[in-house]
Amino acid sequence: MQRNPQLNQAGELQHLLSIEGLPREILTQILDTAESFAGVTEREVKKVPLLRGKSVFNLFFEPSTRTRTTFEIAAKRLSADVINLNIAVSSQSKGESLLDTVANLSAMHADIFVVRHGSSGAPFLIARHVKPHEHVINAGDGRHAHPTQGLLDLFTIRHYKKDFSRLTVAIVGDVLHSRVARSLIHGLTTLGAPEVRVIGPQTLLPAGVEALGVKVFHDMREGLRDCDVVVMLRLQSERMKGALLPSAQEYFKNYGLTLDKLSLARKDAIVMHPGPMNRGVEIDSSVADGPHSVILPQVTFGIAVRMAVMSIVAGN
Amino acid sequence: MVKLPEAEKLCEQLAAELRPKLGPKSAMIGLYTGGAWLAERLHSLLAMQEPLGLMDIAFYRDDYHQQGLHHDPKRTKIPFDVSGREILLVDDVLYTGRTVRAAMNELFDYGRPASISPVAGASCRSARSIAALASTFPPACACA
Repeated sequence: MQRNPQLNQAGELQHLLSIEGLPREILTQILDTAESFAGVTEREVKKVPLLRGKSVFNLFFEPSTRTRTTFEIAAKRLSADVINLNIAVSSQSKGESLLDTVANLSAMHADIFVVRHGSSGAPFLIARHVKPHEHVINAGDGRHAHPTQGLLDLFTIRHYKKDFSRLTVAIVGDVLHSRVARSLIHGLTTLGAPEVRVIGPQTLLPAGVEALGVKVFHDMREGLRDCDVVVMLRLQSERMKGALLPSAQEYFKNYGLTLDKLSLARKDAIVMHPGPMNRGVEIDSSVADGPHSVILPQVTFGIAVRMAVMSIVAGN
Repeated sequence: MVKLPEAEKLCEQLAAELRPKLGPKSAMIGLYTGGAWLAERLHSLLAMQEPLGLMDIAFYRDDYHQQGLHHDPKRTKIPFDVSGREILLVDDVLYTGRTVRAAMNELFDYGRPASISPVAGASCRSARSIAALASTFPPACACA
């Protein structure tokens, strides 16, 4: 049997590449550890000495503000040295291969690579070639996975709902192109959420998505009924051009989250969004800024979750 | 067979030793996991005014690079301002002083206490089975 590339021989987390395939115990360990780090981020001195002397390289081959910044803050709060590489103007644009770039950074004594790449599987490729003391964290690869976003979504849900065992969670929108949705679905099913729904037009849901253990709804009102958690996905504007959708207005009418549609969910439902959000396309401002929204706490929790992931992998 | 001392009796003896040394600035912090239980008992026996603080030193351990991160670290909760306080730092066992050192490092990220006195149920080094009060009180201890 092939060993899980994320785990070392003792079964501990060595790289974080995908939530898929991670055992429940490791997901719970990350969430519990993040809970303790959340306490650190509320103090006046928001720093602990765990990664003192370690170097974290942020390798972002795709643009990102939120994820890169929260990774940087997390590493700094762990006392690591952080190096941000702007790949667009680096050697890659001069023709250097991905593995050569990594080998050069490794020669500069890197300890952790945080990788975002447009191609699915790029962080897996890097993880297969790094030295035993080096660790790779996937910060989003192609359409495949975005495990730290999935983990911070799970952390947010657990924070507000305490327990996964009775929850109905709806994920709404462009599931087809969303690495966030895939990671979250794997996490929710592993942690025992009994009902995960995906809601969207046929053109934006992957064929055979039911195989992931979710219920499919094309009617948003029907899908939102009695939900505890509503996760809205960003609609990428380029999808309009590919004839997947008629128009932003039409999309908002059918799949935009308004107060009226949200009233079908449970009274204490929470609304999440991984950002960046398009107000008036997938979510109405009255919901995004309303009492059910936990969109900004998600960002804050993301720092504690990334601190937990980095300190767990670097210690294994 | 060695007869173990009774835990409750040990707590009462330790409390009796601490009682005359308490002042208006005294506050207590228990270290997870063994020290938390002992601190809860002592805090109650001494009827201390300030609520009890609980600390997990997992993020300050000096063996992280050998052992990795401890599983399931608890969230540190210190429900009072530590600045200017005379802190009783309670653990179940005092051995090498590494835990106390880590705890002191963490404590100073919360503020600047007037003094820190480690208190332990047992000290393995001296093979005493009870009531290790490792420092003078005040000033701040040197946790050797």
